[in-house]
Amino acid sequence: MSYVPSAELVARVLEGNLRAIARLATRAESGVDEARMALDDVFRHAGRAHIVGITGVPGSGKSTLVTALTAAIRRTGRKVAIVAIDPSSPFSGGSILGDRIRMGEVAGDPGVFVRSMATRGALGGLARGALEVVDVLDAAGFDVVVIETVGVGQDEVDVARAAHTTVVVSAPGLGDDIQAIKAGILEIADIHAVSKCDRPDANRTIADLKNMLAMAVGAGTRYGVRLTSKPGAAPDRELEWRPPVIATSSQRGDGVDELLTAIDRHYAALRDSGELDARRARIAERRMLAAAEDILRTRFAQHRDGRVAELLGAICERQVSPHAAATRLLDELNVGGHA
Amino acid sequence: MDASQDRIRVIIAKVGLDGHDRGVKIVARTLRDAGMDVIYTGLHRTPEEVVDAAIQEDVDVIGVSILSGAHMTVFPRLVELLKAKGADDIRVVGGGVIPDDDLPKLRALGVSEILLQDTPPETIVAAVRRVVAERGAR
Ligand code: B12
Ligand SMILES: Nc1nc2c(ncn2[C@@H]2O[C@H](COP(=O)(O)OP(=O)(O)O)[C@@H](O)[C@H]2O)c(=O)[nH]1
Ligand SMILES: [Mg+2]
Repeated sequence: MSYVPSAELVARVLEGNLRAIARLATRAESGVDEARMALDDVFRHAGRAHIVGITGVPGSGKSTLVTALTAAIRRTGRKVAIVAIDPSSPFSGGSILGDRIRMGEVAGDPGVFVRSMATRGALGGLARGALEVVDVLDAAGFDVVVIETVGVGQDEVDVARAAHTTVVVSAPGLGDDIQAIKAGILEIADIHAVSKCDRPDANRTIADLKNMLAMAVGAGTRYGVRLTSKPGAAPDRELEWRPPVIATSSQRGDGVDELLTAIDRHYAALRDSGELDARRARIAERRMLAAAEDILRTRFAQHRDGRVAELLGAICERQVSPHAAATRLLDELNVGGHA
Repeated sequence: MDASQDRIRVIIAKVGLDGHDRGVKIVARTLRDAGMDVIYTGLHRTPEEVVDAAIQEDVDVIGVSILSGAHMTVFPRLVELLKAKGADDIRVVGGGVIPDDDLPKLRALGVSEILLQDTPPETIVAAVRRVVAERGAR
């Protein structure tokens, strides 16, 4: 495929053309201006896919589990796209993206599309442009889009603000990893998977995790969401979602069907209760804010040597405060317009 | 606007039963350290899987390492599959243990570059950059 303008790729993406999907994903990832309008267009066609985030520390078995889960989803006839994120090297900016190593089982299945992405300096577990790549895959007709995050640990909560259903993977034998998931991660989990349950030390991990969840409930920490009732919903609907703990072994295939059942039940509960709309609104808010930050950073960089430098000088001489300078800069830059 | 828009994407693969993976790992690290995004497939892939993955990942280059002697079947198959899928803008490079006599044949088949034992990292990086530059923008 030689050069095709992004605007022309959109129609092909909607038809499910693999090369067009892949190329537009590349442009979304690099953030080129040329693709901006095409991605806006794609966004309007997206919104049908169930977005599932999988997070957990490196080595916990995410890629392996995503592969087993994908095979299970495929058996139900649904098409699956995977966005697998690994870190960029802070030194060279390059990356080695190795999640595909574990994905042999679904290689060659035309109903599965795997895209590897590097973080490119983004914190919080996602990659720059990751959610726009998700839009492309969603618009292309994949029923489920699975995002495998980098797995940095405690701070990795971005995925929960991007996915409808978040699965946190813990594994035995990774030292005090239960301790590591304690903080924010505990609260973002809609479902807990304890992977590698073929290992003898897995029972311990499951017990630890269940204890911790029980304690969190005792201490009044938010754990599980009370799903708001949709007007007119049947009164006997189960509205409380308690994150289940599911033991899985990707090696033996144990627990994978249960995990899929839990994921599907969670999505149904979100939909029935109206919580799905609330989550969509939260995702929208986060994305809009992130986009605003991005635009601002770019404009800031463009004027670094000009007006920004002047204002910085004035701040150093204590003529204006950083806050006053920022307000002035925003007024002058007319940030939403074009440079 | 953003330097990353020019970031080269490469998929590095081992095909067939060949289990020699020292070289392929060195090549992957070398290209990462040169600022490229490197997708590593791991061992035992089929040419079909490699080409499908290359398309999904929208790579500029497929790099295959072969030390098993299967190069005269694997490389032609890769080139043929890329053509059949309308993806022959994706360039193929290779390395490993390959007799000199086979090099011109592989080049004639459409393999852009072959780099053998003891190739220094700079040469590998320069070769990949050159192959991408020759292909032109897309
Ligand atoms: C180390 C080694 C092993 C190790 C491998 C360890 C590992 N995990 O990699 C072990 C002991 C396991 C092994 C096993 C075997 N080996 Co062995 N092995 C070697 C040996 C001595 C060195 C290979 C090596 O690691 N080189 C170092 C790396 C860094 O170099 P490299 O891979 O060539 O990579 C460089 C370049 O080629 C290039 N490059 C490589 N790939 C790519 C890809 C791209 C895209 C680019 C741009 C560049 C590039 O860049 C690298 C850096 O310069 C070679 C001999 C040799 N001279 O190559 C035999 C050799 C490859 N082995 C051979 C054989 C026969 C075997 C066995 C079948 C032996 C047996 N009967 O059991 C098994 C097969 C195992 C298997 N499953 O495939 C033969 C292959 C013969 C052939 N091709 O016809 C060789 C050539 C020895 C010989 N002279 O007979 N082997
Ligand atoms: N015993 C066992 N090992 C597993 C299982 N799942 C993954 N692993 C191993 O755990 C390691 C890390 O797996 P990977 O999926 O790459 O983890 P990720 O870094 O979280 O994506 C690999 O060596 C896997 O083979 C499992 O169910 N059982
Ligand atoms: Mg992984």
